[in-house]
Amino acid sequence: MLLGRAANGLYWMHRYIERAENMARLVDTGHRLALTQTGTASDEWISVLTSAGAREAFEQEERPHDTASVTDFLLRDLSNPSSVMSSMETARTNARMVRTALTRETWESINEAWMALRRMLMRPVDERDLPAVLDAIKRETALIRGAFHGTMLRNEIFDFAQLGTLIERADNTARILDVKYYVLLPSVAWVGSPLDNHQWQTILRSVSALRSYRWIYEGYEPTSIADYLILNRRMPRSLAFCYRGICDALEFLAEEYGARHQSHDMAAAKREKLRSASVSDIFEEGLHEFLKDFIRDNGALGDQIAADYRFY
Amino acid sequence: MFDEMRLGDRARQPYEAYENWFHSQDPARLNEKSQDAEKVFRRTGITFAVYGEAEAAERLIPFDIVPRILSGKEWRRLVQGIEQRVQALNAFLYDIYHRQEILRAGRIPKEIIACNEAFLPEMIGVRPPGGVYTHIIGVDIVRTAEDEFYVLEDNARTPSGVSYMLENRETMMQLFPELFQKVKVLPVENYPQLLRDSLAAVRPANCDGSPSIAVLTPGSFNSAYFEHAFLADQMGAELVEGQDLRVVDGRVAMRTTQGYKSIDVLYRRVDDDFLDPLTFNPDSILGVPGIMDVYRAGNIAIANAPGTGIADDKAIYSYMPEIVEFYTGRKAILRNVPTWRCSEPASLSHVLDNLHELVVKEVHGSGGYGMLVGPAASAKEREAFAAKLRARPANYIAQPTLSLSTCPVLTEKGLAPRHVDLRPFVLVSDRIRTVPGGLTRVALKEGSLVVNSSQGGGTKDTWVLDD
Repeated sequence: MLLGRAANGLYWMHRYIERAENMARLVDTGHRLALTQTGTASDEWISVLTSAGAREAFEQEERPHDTASVTDFLLRDLSNPSSVMSSMETARTNARMVRTALTRETWESINEAWMALRRMLMRPVDERDLPAVLDAIKRETALIRGAFHGTMLRNEIFDFAQLGTLIERADNTARILDVKYYVLLPSVAWVGSPLDNHQWQTILRSVSALRSYRWIYEGYEPTSIADYLILNRRMPRSLAFCYRGICDALEFLAEEYGARHQSHDMAAAKREKLRSASVSDIFEEGLHEFLKDFIRDNGALGDQIAADYRFY
Repeated sequence: MFDEMRLGDRARQPYEAYENWFHSQDPARLNEKSQDAEKVFRRTGITFAVYGEAEAAERLIPFDIVPRILSGKEWRRLVQGIEQRVQALNAFLYDIYHRQEILRAGRIPKEIIACNEAFLPEMIGVRPPGGVYTHIIGVDIVRTAEDEFYVLEDNARTPSGVSYMLENRETMMQLFPELFQKVKVLPVENYPQLLRDSLAAVRPANCDGSPSIAVLTPGSFNSAYFEHAFLADQMGAELVEGQDLRVVDGRVAMRTTQGYKSIDVLYRRVDDDFLDPLTFNPDSILGVPGIMDVYRAGNIAIANAPGTGIADDKAIYSYMPEIVEFYTGRKAILRNVPTWRCSEPASLSHVLDNLHELVVKEVHGSGGYGMLVGPAASAKEREAFAAKLRARPANYIAQPTLSLSTCPVLTEKGLAPRHVDLRPFVLVSDRIRTVPGGLTRVALKEGSLVVNSSQGGGTKDTWVLDD
């Protein structure tokens, strides 16, 4: 038996841990590009802000699109609800709320991550320290995931946590892909043409998939990259992988509770679409349209899960 | 001044084994251990928020690694006194909400009940499940000499601190496992199980089988939230907030991922005033609308019962010797601190004349707020307080400043005596359950008598020896 409020807390705790980790990766990618391509650094930071869904909030104040102000906004700024520090605060508040549902190891890993990052992000991060700080964020979130996967019983608590992680991750991957394609493929005519390797690598890097991509594909073709990040079911940050996990979690819940809901149908339909589609279908439909629909439906699935399982 | 560890140049008997061990330790290592303890508390998140501080960061209650030790004999005597006291408290509560025999007998004045905010007319004639009003009590006890123990307060509403009793022991066992080989200390770790058994024993009559138990917390921003979560976790009970609960088909039910499930026993850590917006404070969002109707119909047990505050009110406190005698037929085993009720003109003038040597407390206050410690206050502070006293005399009681016992704490310069008190925890339902131990609070400032955590007090592990 699980309280609806606790399910909600678990779900959001994991969304925010995932978000903090993704944010660190995005900043890492942006920083790399800013270092190597000084001329277009501000363009790159704009695209990072857009991928993070934070551009509008950032531009409400007059400030340059440079490394110092963008990284500060994305890592430390508590007025940005998706900054790493805000995310860790929200994740910990939720963890505190549901702490009776967590193993001691899991709770302590979150609490320690929060303490360590709060100390680290107390003052603006010097650019020289940025790589170390980003590594620390990735390491702390990995420790949380490790404690969680290593000690938690695979029950409803685990399932709601998985749903949070995977819905957030799918959203993140879709956004990165959408934004990057705008930058990299200004016109449909470019599809299929060989592009600047460096630019393509940034997409893969921002989802920690650069090396694994090369194990499977040769050359940086837009279609291959889209195939990898959307349809490859073995790639842990792809949309297809996320939806397989989402459906598994929902199936376990249906089994345990003996009840199916609308969210089951929504997730199954999306999973089926990702399983049966080919990358050429997607490009035919228009990648941007495909991703836009995906992001919208993915959000709607989150809302439906909240309604079906009485989060509020 | 009575020191619990040392008598002249030797250790008192309960401390002998500990002192031997202590002197064989490297002082630098002990200081390290002391810092380790702080890390353990922070990592575990055993923190509390201090009200009234903006941006209230979570704070640790300082923990001192020198245990407070009681012999088995000392403890057994305390337990007798405490059990007598909690029986009297429950009998008093039943009486006060039914026939009020004690008022008819003229043993305590009627006004003190009638005009008391802690008295809930809604509880008149209500018989709580199991007939128990105050299920969980934390009796504050101070010591002034070898055989002199006084009850300072009967916390009969929602006493807190039991999680510190348990975590302090856990921490001590982690830091000094070898010490527990040398000194036989009675365990306290079964408290959560006893609490569960005790709550289950007062389930409503219509509940058969294993009752559904929940802990009601005001939420994660409450200063004692850690304890609420801790107890729910350790008992295997649900931790609920007001927003999770509603009345469904005449039962209090919690919103789960599969719909509403009813609750049989609610261990609430929310004050009376916030419990039911339909009956009490209409603005409360911490409680459950309609829970009082369910309660009156006998469909849920609430621990502690609404209205128990009338028993631990500071104005009632001064009558506890009479109350104990009235209901148990015997003199109170544990003494009360002599108390002047400022509502009585003769007492008021005595208090005003002797402010420099008295402690004056608000009748409804707690947590060490709003009190005057006469000997420690400046003439100006005493004058200001005297004005308040004259304006609302019935709002205050006064007590002599007791010479509280001391127990050493570890400082950078070695051991140093500090004043302590003791809060053992008692569970009342089908029978009385106590664990051998309690929360020892210690005033960390030299000479200070205020042990409250909100005022800079710390805690110690409390040992009862298996002798």
